[in-house]
Amino acid sequence: MAGITSDEYIHHHLTYWTVGNGGFWTLHLDTLLVSVALGLLFFFSFWVVARKASSGVPGKWQNFVEIAVTFVDSQVKETFHGKNRMVAPMALTIFVWVWLMNFMDMIPVDLFPRIAAWIAMPFGANPEHVYLRVVGTNDLNMTFAMSFSVFALMIFYSFKVKGVRGYGREILFHPFNHWGFMPVNLMLRIVEDLAKPISLSLRLFGNMYAGELLFVLIALLLAQFTHGATGVALGILGIICGFAWTVFHLLIITIQAFIFMMLSVVYLSMAHESHDMH
Amino acid sequence: MNINVSLIGEAIVFGLFIWLTMKFIWPYITKAMDERASKIAEGLAAGERGRKDLENAQVKSTEILHAARDKGGEVVEVANQQAARILEDARKDAQAERQRQVEAAKAEIQQELNRAKEALRAEVANIAVTAAGRIIEREIDPRAHKALLDELARQIH
Repeated sequence: MAGITSDEYIHHHLTYWTVGNGGFWTLHLDTLLVSVALGLLFFFSFWVVARKASSGVPGKWQNFVEIAVTFVDSQVKETFHGKNRMVAPMALTIFVWVWLMNFMDMIPVDLFPRIAAWIAMPFGANPEHVYLRVVGTNDLNMTFAMSFSVFALMIFYSFKVKGVRGYGREILFHPFNHWGFMPVNLMLRIVEDLAKPISLSLRLFGNMYAGELLFVLIALLLAQFTHGATGVALGILGIICGFAWTVFHLLIITIQAFIFMMLSVVYLSMAHESHDMH
Repeated sequence: MNINVSLIGEAIVFGLFIWLTMKFIWPYITKAMDERASKIAEGLAAGERGRKDLENAQVKSTEILHAARDKGGEVVEVANQQAARILEDARKDAQAERQRQVEAAKAEIQQELNRAKEALRAEVANIAVTAAGRIIEREIDPRAHKALLDELARQIH
């Protein structure tokens, strides 16, 4: 970090590792690799249990996995009353995967970028230009990818459960049940439905982005240690803040993963329920 | 805002992991848990059944014990009664036997007495004839006086 300004340090931490033309055809390799790696970690660690799941006395790991599954299952059963075998596995995937990606925030902010720079150096890369952001949910592409996938499922199941006619009636005659209000209803419906994936995605992104930024700022405080007496004081402040924020953020990442899961289930549950029945 | 093709890539990855979870994880774990739940339920039911069986067995054993005790008491009672009866019978038999023997003895004694009286009667008649003959010093005709002598002998009791 020596020789670069705070501004450059923060900017370095907020730049993605990309390939592509810089426009739409750009791929965030860091988000993609980390999300795939964590997804595989989730899948294999749960698959180990699923592969030889026994109804006998469970081992410690099986116990843990079963607690996670039971937790998700009970939440889904409470909220979702339709018949869909996809919803509960989706909720489990969201909860564990998002939590794991959020958890990357708990790892010291400079650890992975430094390792990446150290690996890249022998290949002739300038370490100043090796970028790596390991918190997947810190990328709008990631959160929007999930929220719009949920949105697509909402639309799909709305059609599947209610049929074109039922779904169309719901859109056009709700909340004002009169043919003259059809355009108003449609507009309201579009706003209402679009608000769902956008708020879902931005909520998670905002929380994680703020958390990441705070960790970067705390890291800057810690970097003051070498700058005399005030520097030491700031460094100590940095340690205290770092500890406090880590503890608090641990709560946030869990809550955010839970909220994302619950809202996805709630939205899908709404897609399965007919308004006519109320 | 940096929205780019990563979004599509992540959506595919997301979908893939949902599918993997749905296909290879969720059914197996929930199945195992359901099976365990039913196993536990069965175990609890079996335990409850066992407890009830034990209770029933205890009640039954107590009943059997009581019945056996009653039966034993009855047997003793009957035995006592029988013993008393046998004793009573034996005493009655003994008494009857004694009575019979006494009667027999009495009858024999009477017979003996009668026989002795008969003998004595004959003897007395002879002695009286002899004595009378000697006293009157003359021959008397025993045939002529037999009726008289028999009459005399009969008077001896």
